[in-house]
Amino acid sequence: MKRLVGLVAGVALFGASALANDTMPAAPYAYRQLSDPAKEARAVALMETIRCLVCQSQSIADSDAPIAGDMRSQIRQRIDAGEDPEAIRGWLVQRYGDYVTYAPRVTPVTWPLFAAPLALLVLAALLLRRRFKGGEKAS
Amino acid sequence: MSETEKPRGPSRAPGWALWLPLALFGGVFALVVLGLVHPASHDVPSQMIGKPLPGFALPAAADGKPGVATRDFQNGKPRLLNIFASWCIPCGVEAPVLAELARQGAEIDGIAIRDHRADLAAFLARNGNPYTRLGADDVSAVQLAIGSSGVPETFVIDGHGVIRYQHIGDIRPEEVPMMLEKLKEASQ
Repeated sequence: MKRLVGLVAGVALFGASALANDTMPAAPYAYRQLSDPAKEARAVALMETIRCLVCQSQSIADSDAPIAGDMRSQIRQRIDAGEDPEAIRGWLVQRYGDYVTYAPRVTPVTWPLFAAPLALLVLAALLLRRRFKGGEKAS
Repeated sequence: MSETEKPRGPSRAPGWALWLPLALFGGVFALVVLGLVHPASHDVPSQMIGKPLPGFALPAAADGKPGVATRDFQNGKPRLLNIFASWCIPCGVEAPVLAELARQGAEIDGIAIRDHRADLAAFLARNGNPYTRLGADDVSAVQLAIGSSGVPETFVIDGHGVIRYQHIGDIRPEEVPMMLEKLKEASQ
């Protein structure tokens, strides 16, 4: 019962936050593809790896939040103007930090993420070698 | 077959290993409690603090007030830049606090995000207009350029147009002295 009340309250809250949204029409390229398929593909590849700022774990390609639409529109227009997708990613990271990108970068904070699997592989190789050598002696 | 071979049974673990699972559980439990006591913040702070305002020039969002442009922030006097919208409920809550800040001498410029002119006019008629200038950002362009991720947010811009501080969410009445202090710091 308590859970049900929680659920109803949750739905009511979400309803309220959905009402607190703007009614402005979407930005020009929020839902419109670029006419050049190659450019559109580059734009989509970038949009799929840019995090929506107001949603939980959605890319801006997945989100219908107005700010995500504005970001898509801006990305499409900048790619149409010939800008490099990685330059646009850099522009966004400069403003929002690593939080905004789903493509992980090697930085002083994140390098252990990349180093740990390698270290584990080396460790496993060493352990296996000892094990196999021991096996040879035993037989 | 006469070779004596050591039985290769499981070697005995040291005594302290018995407590390892409990210790692991304790560690996870502590993490859960920590997460409950200090929930993770979902604020996305702007990385533009300490950097100059990007170049922009927004048209006026309301009658009687000019639009907002980067050069307006280079006249030597620190100002507040309030990012808001008439459709944003906390912005209505914040309005009297902004009025109080203006009364105490803060100069506030506003940028209305994705707002209809009529809605904004009604919002200002209802809540008052503490803004010196009021720009309309219909595609969140300036919002994205300064690293703001929602409404309301308030930036302190110093007299040279450099972003000095970002306040995420509505300014509470008890935060008025803090914001005035930030403005004062920006003028030094």
